[in-house]
Formats: sequence, C-alpha cells, structure tokens
Amino acid sequence: MSPRLPDAPGLGFKPEHFRQALGAPVAFYEVHAENYMGAGGAPHAMLERLRAAHALSIHGVGLSIGGAAPLDPAHLSRLKALLDRYQPESFSEHLAWSSHGAAWLNDLLPLPYTDQTLATICAHIDQTQEVLGRRMLLENPATYVTFADSTWAEADFLREIARRTGCGLLLDVNNVFVSAVNHRTDPRAYLADFPLALVGEIHLAGHEAETLEDGPLLIDSHSRPVADPVWTLYAEVIARTGPKPTLIEWDNDVPDFETLLAEARRAEALLAGQRDVHAA
Amino acid sequence: MPPPADHALTEARIAAALWAPRTPEGLGPEPSRDRRFAIYRNNVQHGLSRALAARFPVIERLVGVAFFAAMARVFAASHPPRSPVLLDWGASFAGFLATFPPARSLPYLPDVARLEWLRGLAYHAPDAAPADPAKLGQTDPERLVLRLAPSVQAFAAASPAVSLWRLNQPGAAPEPLRAGPEQALIARNPGLAVLVEPLTAESHSLLCALLQGLPLAEAETDPTPLLALLIRHQLITEIGETP
Repeated sequence: MSPRLPDAPGLGFKPEHFRQALGAPVAFYEVHAENYMGAGGAPHAMLERLRAAHALSIHGVGLSIGGAAPLDPAHLSRLKALLDRYQPESFSEHLAWSSHGAAWLNDLLPLPYTDQTLATICAHIDQTQEVLGRRMLLENPATYVTFADSTWAEADFLREIARRTGCGLLLDVNNVFVSAVNHRTDPRAYLADFPLALVGEIHLAGHEAETLEDGPLLIDSHSRPVADPVWTLYAEVIARTGPKPTLIEWDNDVPDFETLLAEARRAEALLAGQRDVHAA
Repeated sequence: MPPPADHALTEARIAAALWAPRTPEGLGPEPSRDRRFAIYRNNVQHGLSRALAARFPVIERLVGVAFFAAMARVFAASHPPRSPVLLDWGASFAGFLATFPPARSLPYLPDVARLEWLRGLAYHAPDAAPADPAKLGQTDPERLVLRLAPSVQAFAAASPAVSLWRLNQPGAAPEPLRAGPEQALIARNPGLAVLVEPLTAESHSLLCALLQGLPLAEAETDPTPLLALLIRHQLITEIGETP
C-alpha cells in the first residue's frame, strides 16, 4: 500500500512560521506546488527540512484540469519533478480552470457540468495520473455562479469523474457550505450525495460574507477562522467516514502560528471522538 | 432545449469578462449575476496585483498602495503571467514602468524595479556549493578563472536606485540621496538571504567580466575589493586556470 496522509489535522505551511512549524506536533503540512517551482534557495531548503520531519501534501493550483485546452506539458513536467523530489503522501488539484490561451489567470474559475466537460476533465486526469505515476485527489470548488448549460449535479459529476479515472476526492467542507449558501441549496443534501468513501483528505477554511438583494454571498477567502456551521458539517462528515486527514487552510491575513495550532486542536478534538467510535 | 455551448467558447467568454466590466452570457438564473461574477474578476485582478507587490515591494512603497494596485491591473491585463509559476512573472515590469505615462514623473522607478527583479532571481537561483578559497593562493594569478554562484547578478543604473532601494527597506535610517549612477552586486549568501552590496563602477565592470568567464588577469582595475566581497559571501563556486 502506498504511503498516505495520517488521519489527523494538518496545516497549510507558511514560510514565516518555519521555525515553529518544523518542531510542532502537526501531523502533516500542505504546500502549493507552484510556490516550489523555483530552482533553489530558501523555499526548497525549508521544504526539505519540513518534509524530513512531517508527512506532506502537495496541492496544485495551476494545472487547469477543468480547462478546455490541453494540459500544459511543461507544467506537468515541473509537477513530476517536484513530486519525485519530495515524495509527498498526497497530491491534489481542483475541479476548476485557470489558464486561457497563453495567459494564466490566477484564480480557480468555474465551469459548466456537462458531458463535454466531463470527458475533457477525465482525459486531463488520466493524463496527469499517468505522467505523475500516482493517484491524485480532485477538490470540489467554492462557486459564486452556476451555468445555464449544466446537466450534472456537482456531487454526481465528481463521483463520475472518480469512477472513470480512479482518482480520489478532496472534500473541502467550507467550499460545500459556501457554494450551498450562494446557490440557496442545502449543504446536507450535497453531502448526502457526495461519495464520501472516495475522500482522501478534507479541507477546512474560513470565509467572508456580503449581502446580495436575495440573500448572503459567501466568499472563500481563507482569511479567517473556520466558521461554526462548517465545523458542524465537518463533525457530521467524519461521523460517517471516520477520521480523515484534515487540513486547516489560512492563506490571507495569516495569523500567528498559535492561532493556526488552535484551529488544528479544534479539528483534533472532533477527530479524537471519531477515533474512539470507529475503533470500538 | 438548445445544445450546450462549447466548453472553449464558455471559457473564452469568461476570460474576456475578467478584464472588462461585462458579465458573460450563459450563467445560471440566480439574481445579482453581475455581483457574483465580480468576485472572480476581483480575485484575478487583486491576486495578480498582490503577487506583483510581493515581488516589487519597494516600487509599491515608492508609489503608494492605491497607485500600485491600479498600475498592477494595467500591467497584468497587458502582460499576464504565461505560466502558473508566478515567481517567473514580472520580468517585463521595469520596461512597462519606463513607458507607463502616469509614472513618467518618477524616472528612477524602472531602475528600482530591475533591482527588485534581480533580487528575486537571486532568491530562487539554483543552489551551488562554494569553492575552497584556499585554492586561490595555490593558483597562478596570471591564469586564474573564477566561476561565480548562479545567484550572482551585476546591477547598474543611471539613477541612485541602490540607495533608493536601501532607504525604502523597513527600519532604514534616513540618509541624503545623491543624484548619479550606482552599481551593486546582488546575490544570495550562505544563509540564503539576498544581499545588495554597492559596488564602484570599476568593480561592477570587473564583475560583468567575471560573469562572462574572463580571466582575472585581464582586469584593468584592482580586483581586491570585489574578490573580498565574493569570498566573504562564499560566491565563488569554482577556482580554475586557463589552459
């Protein structure tokens, strides 16, 4: 069996926290692949030491798996080199696109869920898994719009992608909540349909809120503590799945390391309860 | 029911709308579509602006946060990143600043931007083990050839860009600024920090010659100050002799 992330809380690694992060009792760290695609220097020196002491998840934000165009072979090669060097326990990417023409757009952009996009995405994931020589996880997005042309529900779309490609899923519970609030749907109905058996990692993050004429709009900002309704959904998910690797993401207005550890402890308290139940 | 729009077409509409104040066609029936789509537009523009500011912090300090953000949006729309590796983005920013009309009153900006770009190159340059400086004394000085660390960059500007950069570091003590050209060596030290060491025009010329692989004996100036700097920061990776 290939190495996997521990069923315990992890943190997104921030270079400004390097000294504290290195010795901290954190089960795993996650980094964005594209931040470690320089040739040398401090980023790799830190990641080498961090990786030697902790389990590692490498999370891509640049592959544009949901894009209509073919994947960028140069970027796939860079990913392969990075994964070969650090041998992370997990590699994940997004159900989204971020490249158009020659330009990189620096955001996780939405797509319609149709038979056509399904076929394109599956071909991209097949190619990625083949080049990287490993199974990847695909993450559900936070969305602000829907598409008139969509014919698949998102949870069904993800299940079908996983069935066709053999990839696993990364369940971002905050994204589930943000999308459900934004589209006036029920996050519990989404989670009831979600193929939880395929989940290899869970993400938790904070969001911001604004008000539209017909109700709230939540923004997946990764700039705040995880919101209470998201913790509740998370507890319900792990009650069904048992303990899972759980990442606290906090990428903007990054607080001190202690604040991140406190979020990880909150996740650990919920995971510990499930460890007891599922061990019994 | 009409057939679904082609994926590539949907994508092209969205990509165009990220830089124009027009919400793309084809979205779902939810109200407030303009505001909803604006989240993506803001994420793209703000995200790229912050990435550029992280690479050019002194430019942001010199022009102010609001001016920088507005300028960064113009730059990002006209010179978008060509790959997801954002640390490679911004090579053309100095050239852009030289031709951006609202920045014309600050003619030193392109020089400072070049300096900041070179600092980034030094920060991410390949690792290389330093040579043993004792070998310098064992080599025929007439035939000495040095190879420098990949992080070493030679910088020269017609403006006092090096002083301007230093004065705009957090906690820098104020000092008078003198007009005129300045030069510097930019490189990464063994502690992986990037240094900006002012050079005389003569030492800068010598550094350029060394980076081109010319033998030290061809130097027309005293190489001692530059060699001392290179040795102190362990920036010599090979000490060889011409055949």
